[in-house]
Formats: sequence, C-alpha cells, structure tokens
Amino acid sequence: MSEMSQNSAVLANVPQPAGTKPMVEARKIWKSFGKLQVLKGVDLTVMPQQTYVLLGPSGGGKSTLLRCINHLEEIDRGRLFVDGELMGYRQHGGKLYEMKLKDIARQREKIGMVFQRFNLFPHMTAVENVMAAPRKVQREDRDAAEREAERLLGQVGLADKLDFYPAQLSGGQQQRVAIARALAMHPKLMLFDEPTSALDPELVGEVLDVMKNLAKGGMTMVVVTHEIGFAKEVADGVALLDGGVVVESGPPNECLVNPREERTKLFLSKVLA
Amino acid sequence: MSTYDEALPPVPQAQEPPGWDDSEAIDAIPLRHWGRWVSAAIILFVLFALLWSLWHNPRVDISYVIQTLTAPFVLRGVVVTIELTIIAMVIGVAGGVALAVMRLSPNPVLKAVAWGYIWFFRGTPILVQIIFWGFAGSLYPTIFLGLPFTGIVFGHAATGRLYGAFVAAILALGLNEAAYAAELVRAGIISVDKGQYEAAHSLGMSGGLTMRLVVLPQAMRVIIPPMGNETISMLKTTALVSVISGTDLMTNVQQAYAQNFKTIPLLLVASIWYLAMTSVMSVGQYYLERHYGRGFGLKETEAAEKRAQRRAKRAVTESKGRPNSGRG
Repeated sequence: MSEMSQNSAVLANVPQPAGTKPMVEARKIWKSFGKLQVLKGVDLTVMPQQTYVLLGPSGGGKSTLLRCINHLEEIDRGRLFVDGELMGYRQHGGKLYEMKLKDIARQREKIGMVFQRFNLFPHMTAVENVMAAPRKVQREDRDAAEREAERLLGQVGLADKLDFYPAQLSGGQQQRVAIARALAMHPKLMLFDEPTSALDPELVGEVLDVMKNLAKGGMTMVVVTHEIGFAKEVADGVALLDGGVVVESGPPNECLVNPREERTKLFLSKVLA
Repeated sequence: MSTYDEALPPVPQAQEPPGWDDSEAIDAIPLRHWGRWVSAAIILFVLFALLWSLWHNPRVDISYVIQTLTAPFVLRGVVVTIELTIIAMVIGVAGGVALAVMRLSPNPVLKAVAWGYIWFFRGTPILVQIIFWGFAGSLYPTIFLGLPFTGIVFGHAATGRLYGAFVAAILALGLNEAAYAAELVRAGIISVDKGQYEAAHSLGMSGGLTMRLVVLPQAMRVIIPPMGNETISMLKTTALVSVISGTDLMTNVQQAYAQNFKTIPLLLVASIWYLAMTSVMSVGQYYLERHYGRGFGLKETEAAEKRAQRRAKRAVTESKGRPNSGRG
C-alpha cells in the first residue's frame, strides 16, 4: 500500500480494474442546520480499497459529510451513493421516496462507523459489544458470533480484555473495541469520525496502528482526522474542507507536501506547528 | 526521567532525626463525637418509653396483636395485597414502557394517545379511579363479545361473573400506575446518550432493536430506584381498594374491627405486615439495581466472570475434541 500511494501521483492512478464502481460517490452535497450552511455542493469519490482522509478546521463540514455518507444526517440537496446504492431514498419513476428506517438500517449494515467518543455500549463487555449486532441484526449463531468477536478483538490487540466493560478500559482500548465492533458486521466501507481526538496523546498511536493495518489490508476507509502523519502514510487521497467546500483535494504527497492553495498551506502550518 | 531529576536542586537533607518513627503509619486517637452519643441516647430513651407505654397499655392489647398477626383472615389479606401489588406493577411497568416509547416516537398518533392517557390517569385521584372501576360493572351489566353497531354477537356474560372486586382493583391500580411509570421510563430513556443511538444505527440496528438492546437496558439503571419507590408506594396504595371491598389486608382488618372495635390493635397488625413487606422489597430493589448497574457499579465484573468461565469451559471441551454443546 505504501508503494501504491507513492505511485499514485494522481488519484485515478490507483490501480482499479476497468469498470470498477466507486464505493462512495457524493455528488453536489448540500446540508444546513437551520440557517447554518454546513456543506455547499461537496463532491467526493472514493474507490474500493482506497483510504480517503478528510482534513480541515472545526466547523469546516468534514464530520457532517462523513455522517451524511451513512445517512446519520439527511442531505438537503445532491445525491449520495454507497456501493452504487442511493442512500436513504428509493428512486422510482423519476421521484424520490423516503426509505423506512428498517431499510436504511439494512443499508448501514455494510458501512462501519467509528466515533470520536467511542460510543461503546457501557452495559456490555468488550466481546458483547462486538457480537451484539452480528447476533441480533444478522442473526448469527451465538457461538459463531462470539468466536468471530474474539478473533476481531485479538486482531486489534485486545485478546486479554474480552470480558472487560468499557469503563474498565483506557480510551485507546475502547476505541479499538469500537473498531472491532464495526468490523464484526463485515462492512464494505469504514467511516472514522476523528477517532483519535478524544484520546490521550500517548494512546493515539495504538489506534492509528490498527487503522493503518486495516488500510493495508484493503479496507475502504473515509477518515476525518487531524493526524497529518497518518494521512501521509496511508491515504490514497486527501481533501481539505473549509466553509462547506472542498478547498483542495488530491494525493497526499501533493496536497500535504506541496499544496496549491493558500488555505491549505495555512491549515497545514497550524496543524504541524 | 533521571536527567530531569538531576536538573533539580538537591533536596536539603534533614540534619536531625525527626521526632517520630517515620516507618509507621499515623496512629492517632480518633476525634470523639460526644454529641452523637448523647443524642442517640435521648432518642433511644424516648423510643423505649413509647414502646413501654404501648406494651403496658391494656387498651392496646398486645397479646391480641401477636395472636392476630397470623390469623387466617390477616394472612389471606396479605396474600391478596401481594398479588395486587405484583399484578398491578407488572401492568404498570409494561404499560409505562409502552407509553414512554409512544410518547417519544415520531408518530404523532402514538404520541397523542400516550399524552392523552397520561393526562387523564395522572389527573384524576386514584381513589376516584378505584371507586369508578369498582362500580363500572353497574354501568354495563352484561358484556358482549361481537362487532359493534352490527348486531353480530359471539357471546355474552353477566358482568358480575367476570368482573369482581379483585379485577376492578387490578384495573384501577395497574392503569393508574402505567401513567406514572411512563414518566419515569421516559426520563430514563432521555438520559441515554445520543451517541448510543448513532452507534446502534450505524451497526444496522432498527429502531426497535436499538431500544430493546441498547437504550432500555441503560435506561433501567436510572429507572430502577424510582420504580422501587413506586412499588413500595403501590403496596401501600392497595389499602385504598378497601373502599370497594378488595379483600386485601386492609379490607379484612377493617371488617374485623368494624365487628370487635379493636381498631388500634388491628391497625398495628396491618402496619407490621406492611412494614415487613416493604422491607423485603427494599432488599429486592438492591439486587435489581446491582443487575442493571452492569458496567457502572462495583460489581461490574460479575457477569463478565460468568462469560469468562463459560469460555474457559468451552476451551476445555474443544481441546478434548468433543462436539461443542453450544449454550454453556
């Protein structure tokens, strides 16, 4: 993957079989909260197995864009497709129909999400957190779900914390449980909403390592983060959002090393200072 | 770390040995709380004097109280009181959860129905409701099963045969409790963090599953203490059904003192039983709170330990090559 990102002078150069459909295709997304316009016609295309990093100042719209992808926020204008499916609506005879919550839930099954505040279920142990959705949503057998949960927690380095409650785990450990929980649904796409922002500085590394391994393993990821180092190392593409628009986007060794836009330079100088 | 230490100015060494043994923990004489001892003594004395005067008062008739504590009519009343409390609370909690979920649902019809129900049942006195349900039988002397306004009837029965004082009491207490429980459950649901819904939704959980698996178990932790309070309150409220001869403890005691005029001794008997029952309930509440405090309280590893043991057992079974029995 690291070789690949070096090769990918342009995003389109990431090797893709001909005719591959994008995993995420956001076209001209507009979103407002009351009078506040948060997104103003944002485009985003993420191909399968790519890691895409969204950067930008607070309030720039990057988290909102991420939350629109799995329809936690409804968009006002534009179209958002995940794996070729229009999110949240059914198109029929040139008209859009709102989907039932049940059908939206089915769409979300293939999109894992990791939150800034972890949002683990506090009344369940680590292993119960991970196996809850496979058991209850995908109706997996309990033993199978538990084994898979144990395997995933081992994968994120928590094999010895299976029966711990979230309150007994450090922030970094909780976030890794949260990643395992999202992976347990075997998602095609993983969304990370500032996954390391609530962590003590010394715990950031353990979470980033898990994410790097995921990216190298071929997972499609959209990551909102301030970790420029992470973006440089694993991202196939980055986009800087500010004021609800994409200021600059492209491969990390262009955008982050020799940015074209003044705004990007300013942002990077502040973040890296 | 060591370089940091070296950078610090040297700590001045004490020239003389301290005037105490610094290898031992502090062993001081605790502060005496004389006021507490004096006030406790006064309270105990007053309590003793009160009990002594009751014990030696011939009108209280202690031997009658002791003898009546286990009289059949009292025990029958106790059983009915417990039955009423349990059934009314089951209806109340189930109805309360349903009403709370309805009130918080985006569906305006459900919302309005729940609001109207709570408005009515919380807004009229429980005594009025008990008497109403007690006499509802006279409102409709016969009960039909059929389609309204069509004349199609599958069967009918005299109301009195289906609907006695016990059923009326349960309806009155249960339906009233549901209105109060709904507000408690709603408070509990609201206390659960929004991020929990988002996490559940992003895992593909539907609204119902999110509620059942994620939100309600966490809400329970907040709901249990006030709900225990409601249960204890309910146990005592059952005494009100004596107005429709609900055959509970209070009804039976009342009927007894209406005949033998031993009012105070019989009220003592009832009070002792009510106190005993509420005391037992407080113990039950403690265990319920502990169960729903999973992941929050002191006993947070208990459930986890069970799972760990189960896992260890499974590992042993698998290493012996036997087929896995599944749920262990």
